[in-house]
Amino acid sequence: MNVPDDLRYAESHEWIRVEGDVGTVGITDHAQAELTDIVFAEPPAVGKKITAKDVAAVVESVKAASDIYAPVSGEVVERNDAVEQNPSLLNTDPFGEGWIFKVRLANPAELESLKDAAAYRAQIGA
Amino acid sequence: MRTPLFEEHVAAGGRMVDFAGWEMPVQYAGILAEHQTVRTQVGVFDISHMGEFFVRGPEAAAWLEGLLTNRISKLAVGHAHYSLLLNEAGGVIDDLIVYRLADESFLLIVNAAKIREDAAWMGERVVAGVEFEDRSSDFAALAVQGPEAGRIFEAVTGTAMPAERNRVVELPDGIFVTTGYTGESGFEWIVPATQAVSAWRRVLAAGAVPCGLGARDTLRLEMCYPLNGSDLSPERTPLEAGLGYFVDLEKSFVGRDALVAQKAAGLPARLSALSVIEKSPPIRSHYPVWSNGSLVSETTSGALSPTLGHGIALAYLPVELAKPGQLLEIEVRGRRFAARVEKKPFKK
Repeated sequence: MNVPDDLRYAESHEWIRVEGDVGTVGITDHAQAELTDIVFAEPPAVGKKITAKDVAAVVESVKAASDIYAPVSGEVVERNDAVEQNPSLLNTDPFGEGWIFKVRLANPAELESLKDAAAYRAQIGA
Repeated sequence: MRTPLFEEHVAAGGRMVDFAGWEMPVQYAGILAEHQTVRTQVGVFDISHMGEFFVRGPEAAAWLEGLLTNRISKLAVGHAHYSLLLNEAGGVIDDLIVYRLADESFLLIVNAAKIREDAAWMGERVVAGVEFEDRSSDFAALAVQGPEAGRIFEAVTGTAMPAERNRVVELPDGIFVTTGYTGESGFEWIVPATQAVSAWRRVLAAGAVPCGLGARDTLRLEMCYPLNGSDLSPERTPLEAGLGYFVDLEKSFVGRDALVAQKAAGLPARLSALSVIEKSPPIRSHYPVWSNGSLVSETTSGALSPTLGHGIALAYLPVELAKPGQLLEIEVRGRRFAARVEKKPFKK
């Protein structure tokens, strides 16, 4: 199971990659494997204010719908239209082309409460 | 509960989930891939959780005639047909396949979730001249489905698969019947539980790909085959479910009078096929159905059709709305998506 070292992780299986004051958010390899074939994804609208641990997006597999939680608070500055068009990117490239949205961090200190790769690996038993 | 193939599923990477009290594989490689395999090549499903009832004796045919909706007297030896077991009110207890093994010998394949209820209902009604046996735990069963199923049949039996649907062939290795729940050609193999693992391995060795209940559900829904407990229930009659073809009102059977009365009064609703005609999340069961701002029904089954690429669903609609071309809306998490009533099945 791929868990890149340079990301922070939420217990609810989202990752965030921070560059400057903007974080790119997606779901982990473990999450996509658990969800199985993802057939629908709805990233949040640009401009939407999101709050850490609140629902920010929805993805659905053939069998179930699954909420995606915001790992941090802030404003959505970009959404990945490609995953809406082709939701299977979440399965095939969860840490790359399968990113879901970018958020301008309202409170960078929130990153401290997220897990590093080692702690997330321990959580999923990887 | 586990079928005799539980370890085989785990070894093949099956993701085990609860289904009516059974630990069954919902998928191996993935539901979409398995769906596609059955539509284009050949897959195999473990259906050992389903029930096997044997009915024998000089009165067997007449007894089944009085309990089931389809006409037993028209069922020739070596053939199978779809039929329904109804309550006195005409509601569906179960849908099942009847095999005529000999003049006075029948095999019934019933839904896993209904084995106990069906066996109790039938057992209570047994008459002289009828031997009724629930042998569900003695038998396993495989469904081999897809355009290449004939190749697997030949590899396993050494004979050609009958081209005709619903043909029953009894061989030393078990009972084979050209039936299925996917809309593809194929066969089901009823085998003693002790030989299940060997049968499974032979089918895989011949080239069939293991497929789980997830693909089984999307495949059957594209064909509008009803799932008991979702699309069929004791509160709905087979006439409302659009299964009148399998109901012979010219004979006497439990529930018949209620059906005759319902037919005379006019059906209140009809199980209809709905396609979503805009981009939407996958449709699932119990999603509200709207017409002109009024809540008119809810879906009984739904999916994103892997073959068609859009949402599909079944729902009991008031008869005035149950017409191909009728526009409706299906609600998903508070948003409504345009849908249209289609002629069944979705996959032509």
